[in-house]
Amino acid sequence: MPDTLPTGAPRTTAAPATATAAAAGIEIDDLGKRYPGSAGYAMDGVTIDIARGEFVCVVGASGCGKSTLLRVLAGFETASKGTVRVGGAPVAGPGPDRAVVFQDYGLFPWLTVAENIAYGPKQARLPKATVRERTEAALHAVGLTRVERSFPHQLSGGMQQRVAIARVLANRPAVLLMDEPFGALDALTRSGMQAELQRIHREAGVTVVFVTHSIEEAVYLADRVVVMAGGSAHGNAGHVREIVPVGLPRERDTTSPEFNALKRRIDALVHQGNEVTAG
Amino acid sequence: MSVPTGTHQAGEPATDTARVSPPASPDPNTANAPNADAPGRSNGGERGRRSRSALLGALYAIPVPVLLVLLWDRGVAGAWLLPFGIQMEYLPAPYDVARRLVDLAFGGVIDDTYSGTLWEHLWASTRRVLQGFALAAAVAVPLGVVMGRSRTAFRLLEPTINLIRPIPVTAWAPLSLLIIGFGDQSTIFLVFLASVFAILLNTIAGVREVPERLVEAAAMLGTRPARTLYKVVLPAAVPSIIGGLRIALGLAWVILVVGETVGISTGLGALITQAREQSRTDLIVAVMIVIGLAGFLADRLLMLLVRLIAGRRPLIN
Ligand SMILES: Nc1ncnc2c1ncn2[C@@H]1O[C@H](COP(=O)(O)OP(=O)(O)OP(=O)(O)O)[C@@H](O)[C@H]1O
Ligand SMILES: [Mg+2]
Repeated sequence: MPDTLPTGAPRTTAAPATATAAAAGIEIDDLGKRYPGSAGYAMDGVTIDIARGEFVCVVGASGCGKSTLLRVLAGFETASKGTVRVGGAPVAGPGPDRAVVFQDYGLFPWLTVAENIAYGPKQARLPKATVRERTEAALHAVGLTRVERSFPHQLSGGMQQRVAIARVLANRPAVLLMDEPFGALDALTRSGMQAELQRIHREAGVTVVFVTHSIEEAVYLADRVVVMAGGSAHGNAGHVREIVPVGLPRERDTTSPEFNALKRRIDALVHQGNEVTAG
Repeated sequence: MSVPTGTHQAGEPATDTARVSPPASPDPNTANAPNADAPGRSNGGERGRRSRSALLGALYAIPVPVLLVLLWDRGVAGAWLLPFGIQMEYLPAPYDVARRLVDLAFGGVIDDTYSGTLWEHLWASTRRVLQGFALAAAVAVPLGVVMGRSRTAFRLLEPTINLIRPIPVTAWAPLSLLIIGFGDQSTIFLVFLASVFAILLNTIAGVREVPERLVEAAAMLGTRPARTLYKVVLPAAVPSIIGGLRIALGLAWVILVVGETVGISTGLGALITQAREQSRTDLIVAVMIVIGLAGFLADRLLMLLVRLIAGRRPLIN
């Protein structure tokens, strides 16, 4: 099983894995987070309304609170102020409706690929047949059927990240939260994974919040790009600088002038203000 | 909060030696077994290579004991005086010990009251070791998992445990005879005491090393917190737990001799006591060798069991 697929190539695998996930919108209102023991807010005043099924990318300089935002959405951290509602319900702790894909995969090393994927449905106490069905569909969706009996450490980074994605797809989440999921992958694998993620997003209709350091990746994937700024390195709290709608048709051409104009604009937004502290 | 990782009764850095045993072990292949299995890609060639290197390991193990026996033999014959004031003329010769061992096991060589009684004593001791050890594991593993994850449980129990832990098990022996009485139960209790702390502290240390990422993954996949303990924390801590079990099993055999000293007529410890009362050094040394072998075999069997249970499943860390 190759790690990469030609960018944008439609895969022949069917989509039953993900088709019935019920997406949910996310309302983030004046969200702030102060870590215990630290003087100031790591992130503050974040207000974003994310529509159901929307694909939102979050970019910004290191330390501006991207991971903090995502961890509050996931329920790993509690908000210090403001609210987060997913599908109308306030977030209280982690839950299977909000899937998380970590940069370092977070797979269970002692479980096979198939067992990792079946883990979530089993926790939900679904009937055995349903668990089996969902596992197979998720394996199929990410093209991993041939390695279902392997253990994570036997797979390449790209394949492990596919397992991580399949693992959460099997749970039929309403929201997919991804923190630099492709950050550790080589460029070729990365573009293959981007194409696959787009397909999964389209088929599953799941709402995605995707943190990345790559502005090109953000412009390629997102419906809207959230540009964050600030952070303790700048003596203030991380906050949203601007939300940029992408508006380009899908199957985006990364060499087109429109694409690159947008890329330059977001790049300027990300770096704006950094010179001030430097000078 | 600091976790005491030196869990050995004697205060040795036992945790580390057990977990990172390969370099310290005379036979890296067997000591390293669970990790060696990890890749799970074993094919015919690899299997052949592994059994060849196991054979090589066995070959390497032979020269040192042979040399020791030769020195022992020469020392007894020459009445050597060694450091610590060891007077070798009082030792039985290797040949006498070998005779005694064979007679102890099968009879027909010396023909006294001890002939052929080895298996009865060995079985009595093994049963006590297994019962005390199993009890210790059953208590210490769940307790260690909870103490490793729960700050409250740790704060509540850790001081008490570390107050009791330094008391030598040998010091418990007279008390246990008085409050439990002569017999099996008292010995099993001492074996339990000797094993329980090694398992407990290694489990706690292992649980604390479980990557938080795995706990987060479990949570976002819908695992309830209490269930996470045995679905994720326990399996992730398995290598440390195994390290603790190995140390504990070794300590269990050590304490056996003390635990079987008084008021018990069967068991290897009882046999040594009787031999001492009759100044039968050949019998003492023979039983010492048996205890050593039993401890050695118990460890190897434990590792074999771990390998059988794990199969090709990798044990992490
Ligand atoms: N657990 C924590 N305890 C205290 N401070 C933290 C913690 N996690 C993050 N921070 C602080 O919060 C701020 C935002 O961190 P965060 O990880 O959210 O940034 P980020 O935008 O994800 O950065 P990067 O791009 O490097 O991943 C930083 O100043 C960081 O030092
Ligand atoms: Mg981050």
